[in-house]
Amino acid sequence: MSVKRDSLSVGLAVGAAGTAFGAVAVADHFSVLQACVLSLVLFSGASQFSFVAVMSAGGSGLSAIITATFLGSRNGLYGVRMASLLKLKGWRKAVAAQITIDESTGVAIAQNNETDQRIAFWYTGFGVYVFWNLFTFLGAIGAKAIGDTSAWGLDVASPAIFCAVLAPRLKEKKMLFTCILAFVWALSITQVVPAGVPIITTVAIAAFVGWK
Amino acid sequence: MSTQWIAVITTSLLCYITKYIGHSIPESWLAHPRVQRITALIPIVLLSSLVAMQAFTIKTKFVLDHRLAGIAVAIVALKLKAPFPVVVIGAMATSAIVYRLKI
Repeated sequence: MSVKRDSLSVGLAVGAAGTAFGAVAVADHFSVLQACVLSLVLFSGASQFSFVAVMSAGGSGLSAIITATFLGSRNGLYGVRMASLLKLKGWRKAVAAQITIDESTGVAIAQNNETDQRIAFWYTGFGVYVFWNLFTFLGAIGAKAIGDTSAWGLDVASPAIFCAVLAPRLKEKKMLFTCILAFVWALSITQVVPAGVPIITTVAIAAFVGWK
Repeated sequence: MSTQWIAVITTSLLCYITKYIGHSIPESWLAHPRVQRITALIPIVLLSSLVAMQAFTIKTKFVLDHRLAGIAVAIVALKLKAPFPVVVIGAMATSAIVYRLKI
């Protein structure tokens, strides 16, 4: 059945990026166990990378938590959408919530009928979960052996992944404008405010542009 | 317990709770167009500023270095609709090459 196959191949491709997360986390002075806990419990790539990035740039734990949670808020929106498709209760709902991310939602809503949508949600979600965690562990172990992470391009792994997550969201002019505004704002104030603040304060830009 | 561990566990739980709440609230709560517009923009501003910080600063100072080459390759690859692994590995390889050449 091609829905299952497609879902699992998305799971493998995205999950492999867990290698970069594990390696980046360890390079940024997190332990292998902390990297694995983030992948197992937090399980949302962009939030994980942002959390590690803000903490390692010298930001406070609080600003790292706020940034990661704001970024994770889109999973809540996906949850609203997926709940009406899956109609689950109890532990099944608790499990479905954990695998509600960009990919499981994206592959699900791309299907033509509800049966395929449900299959795509579960297979993509579990596929990404299993591979993401496996590769996080391998990346974290591997990073210990690497040494100079810049020599392996690891310092651009997470911004490149962010660019890839951003790209499909910039179809409208207004989105692109907001994106550039946030970019310029963050770089303009970075030298005069604590780490993490340039990122969190861009939420005000989103509120301002989206208001009317 | 270290501050780092507390932050790891707090963030992990908050992000899970966010997902669970999403599965638990009625769809109508988020139906207001203003809420929809703002929530669509939040990941954009956060990801964009994260790229700015991670690729163009070192410890809060603005710096242009090998990472610029990596990000440029990622953007070109995305423009050409390259698959995800090509974008990421292309950016990493380019950045690594530029970094090694300078040494």
